[in-house]
Amino acid sequence: MKFAVIVFPGSNCDLDMYHAIKDELGEEAEYVWHDTHDLSSYDGILLPGGFSYGDYLRAGAIARFSGVMDEVRKAAEAGKPVLGICNGFQILTEAGLLPGVLLRNKDLKFTCRTVSLKVENANTLFTNDYAQGEEIRIPVAHGEGNYYCDDATYQHLKDNNQIVFTYAEDFNGSRNNVAGIINERGNVLGMMPHPERAVSDLIGGTDGLPLFRSIVKQWRESHVSHA
Amino acid sequence: MKKVKVYVTLRESVLDPQGSAVMGSLHKMGYGEVQDVRIGKYLELVIGDSERDVDALVEELCSRLLANTVIEDYRYEIEEVVSQ
Repeated sequence: MKFAVIVFPGSNCDLDMYHAIKDELGEEAEYVWHDTHDLSSYDGILLPGGFSYGDYLRAGAIARFSGVMDEVRKAAEAGKPVLGICNGFQILTEAGLLPGVLLRNKDLKFTCRTVSLKVENANTLFTNDYAQGEEIRIPVAHGEGNYYCDDATYQHLKDNNQIVFTYAEDFNGSRNNVAGIINERGNVLGMMPHPERAVSDLIGGTDGLPLFRSIVKQWRESHVSHA
Repeated sequence: MKKVKVYVTLRESVLDPQGSAVMGSLHKMGYGEVQDVRIGKYLELVIGDSERDVDALVEELCSRLLANTVIEDYRYEIEEVVSQ
C-alpha cells in the first residue's frame, strides 16, 4: 500500500508519519509537497501535524486552500483513506471535509504529554485492529485541540457513530471529550492525538500501530476480493 | 481603490478563554466594572478597481477565508480611497 504524506510549509510531524509507515509497517510512503496536483497514484493520504503556514489567521485556514487540497478532496470522494492528525485534523475541518472546528485549549496551554483515549468506534477502516471500548495511550501535542461543534452537529456525529476516539479525561475543553471523528462515509478520519508517535516501545509505546495496521488490512482485503 | 475594514468576532455561543484571561487580569488590576471581554480580529484590505461588485467580493473573501462561520461572525466597512 502506498501512502502520500502531504507536506505543507510548517508541517513538522511528516517525518514521524513517514517513519511509522515505512519503517514500522514496511509499507510505501512518499513525501508530497503541498502544490502537487495529482495524488492518483497513492492508496492513502496522510495529513501530518505541525503549524502549516504558521497557523496564521486560524490553524489550517490557509493550508486548506493549497493546491493539493483539491486532490485530497478527490481522494476522499473516491473513497480512499484520508487521515489528518493534529494540524491535519484542523485542515480537514477548515476544508469542510469534517464538521466542527478546533478552538484554543480551554486553559490556553500547549499540552504535550501522553493521554488515555477510548476507542468509541472500532468498526471503521482506521480502527478495526482495536477492540471496541479499548483504552489506549497516545501522545498529544497541541494548543488548539478543543473540539467544538453545535448541538445539531454533535447529535448527528453521535447518531452516526462518527465519534471514533474520546479522551478518558478532559484537559482541553473538547465537546464531550471528542478526540477524533470520522466522516459519514467512513474514509476520512481527523484526530488531535498522535498515533504516529506511538509506534515503537523505544519511544514509549505502540498503541498507535493498530491504527495504521487497520488501514493496511482493510486496503489489502478490499484489493484481494476485487482481484 | 477601496479600503475595507473587516471585524471578525467569536459567536456568542463560543467560549473565549483568551478574553476570560484578559478580563481576569483587568479585575486584578482593580477594574471590577469590566463584565466581559471578547477578543476578535481586525483586518484592513485595500481593494483595487475591479468590475466585480465590491460588496459581493468582500462577502466572498470573508466567508471563504477570513472568518470561519462555524464559530465566527464578521462585519465590514468599505471606504472610498482617492489614490494620490
